[in-house]
Amino acid sequence: MSDTTHDGAVALSTPPYADDGLSSAELAAKHGLTVSGARPGLFEYIRQLWGRRHFIMAFSRAKLTAQYSQAKLGQLWQVATPLLNALVYYLIFGLILGTRKGMTQEVFIPFLVTGVFVFTFTQSSVMAGVRAISGNLGLVRALHFPRASLPISFSLQQLQQLLFSLIVLAAVAVAFGSYPSLSWLLIIPALVMQFVFNTGLALIMARLGSKTPDLAQLMPFVMRTWMYASGVMFSIPVMLKDKPDWIANVLQYNPAAIYMDLVRFALIDGYGAGNLPAHVWIVALAWAVLIGLVGFVYFWKAEERYGRG
Amino acid sequence: MADDKNPGRVPTVIADDVHIVYRVNGAGGGKGSATAALSRILRRGKGESRGVRKVHAVRGVSFTAYRGEAIGLIGTNGSGKSTLLRAIAGLLPTEHGKVYTDGQPSLLGVNAALMSDLTGERNVVLGGLAMGMSREEIHERYQGIVDFSGINEKGDFITLPMRTYSSGMAARLRFSIAAAKNHDVLMIDEALATGDRKFQIRSEKRIRELRKEAGTVFLVSHSNKSIRDTCDRVLWLEKGELLMDGPTDEVLKAYERETGK
Repeated sequence: MSDTTHDGAVALSTPPYADDGLSSAELAAKHGLTVSGARPGLFEYIRQLWGRRHFIMAFSRAKLTAQYSQAKLGQLWQVATPLLNALVYYLIFGLILGTRKGMTQEVFIPFLVTGVFVFTFTQSSVMAGVRAISGNLGLVRALHFPRASLPISFSLQQLQQLLFSLIVLAAVAVAFGSYPSLSWLLIIPALVMQFVFNTGLALIMARLGSKTPDLAQLMPFVMRTWMYASGVMFSIPVMLKDKPDWIANVLQYNPAAIYMDLVRFALIDGYGAGNLPAHVWIVALAWAVLIGLVGFVYFWKAEERYGRG
Repeated sequence: MADDKNPGRVPTVIADDVHIVYRVNGAGGGKGSATAALSRILRRGKGESRGVRKVHAVRGVSFTAYRGEAIGLIGTNGSGKSTLLRAIAGLLPTEHGKVYTDGQPSLLGVNAALMSDLTGERNVVLGGLAMGMSREEIHERYQGIVDFSGINEKGDFITLPMRTYSSGMAARLRFSIAAAKNHDVLMIDEALATGDRKFQIRSEKRIRELRKEAGTVFLVSHSNKSIRDTCDRVLWLEKGELLMDGPTDEVLKAYERETGK
């Protein structure tokens, strides 16, 4: 294109009006204009997020419903999927490999099923977190909302999924002789803390995943390693009793193992406090607060950069 | 001070030397094989990785929009019109330069928030929430949205999943949801008003209403007629650069001459 038209454009775009002579920044300041898409302060961000709570809830429920809407059995799969999952693990670890060392059958089956469900909660939150931004670029580029809504929404979706699994879990517990009691109520604080922990982790993964979508390929392996190291299908202290103490300690104090043990302790009659590491509730709370806060701040720090292609 | 001379000129959007760069993974070098990707990573130079290709979509655009203006954006396909709109809305981060706005500009469009597996009913609520409406507002306007879309004219379709809709029906519902909210600075990307003749007339009327309520309107369109009808100022973008900025007639004439019409 010829240079003359381009020069013309420059002349026209800054017409000789009242504010002539001011730079863009001065003009903006004078009329109270703000930078579009700038990152709000942390408290303002929390306020915006709270304002979007109905969207966050609606989005997570919509995702959950949409998941099985094409299936003939429909929402029945919410319960059937975890049930089948539990059956597969029982078949392999309960019947074939027999990893129930140190536990009776009555304890081991609920132990295993609890482990699978509680770990799946963390696992799927992390996996959904990785794709929360990178998989929803269309949404991020079309509408305004605090981006943290997405990872939080996905974690909530997983929480609702877990609630369906708990129906199966309760049935399994009763079938193996652990009847409902007051101690079952301890599941609530345990899962609330795990939810905060998961959300923090999902927020961290969402920021990393938005930069490096390759993480979606890598994470399944990381998560599987974490699962086998957390004693989902075996008791850590029993399996590692010949090894140095610190290995068992590290494994037992990892957050996944902590939350699994808490739910098992609450649910299963034969799984007493002796199986839990010391100060387990404090450690559970510390993990939740630490990862929850770190994740939130870490995610917020890059708020204005999400959506870049 | 100087404001008194031009009382009407309140800027609502200031773009100051805006550059936008897209980064595309896996498009570099032309070779898509695994070994090519690996060698790209291994040969990674300082700073920018070589597997990433950069697309400089908007190059140094500056302009100031004032309250009450309706601004058309024209240019051939891929000239950066939609990208520039998204940057003004604060949805795409700028590589360099800044966009200052009065309040929160919004893009008219809600497609990305809707889910085809959900019923039209739930999508109206979800879309409304995604645009930042409150639950009460949505409840109030729900019937209006459904009536406007005309989805229920041929039976109770709003309770069916959106994937069962014809493309025209889905487009009508999307437009109806998007147009249900009022905006300060409104940006309309082309080809929104799809659907049959009857619906087009209805949606054009709605866009005019939205224009009246909004402080400043941006319209991207390939139809010179609709630009002429609605805009008093036009920005002509080409290859990401602002080629011309001026009154509608002047710019459109130059554009038509250039594109050989």
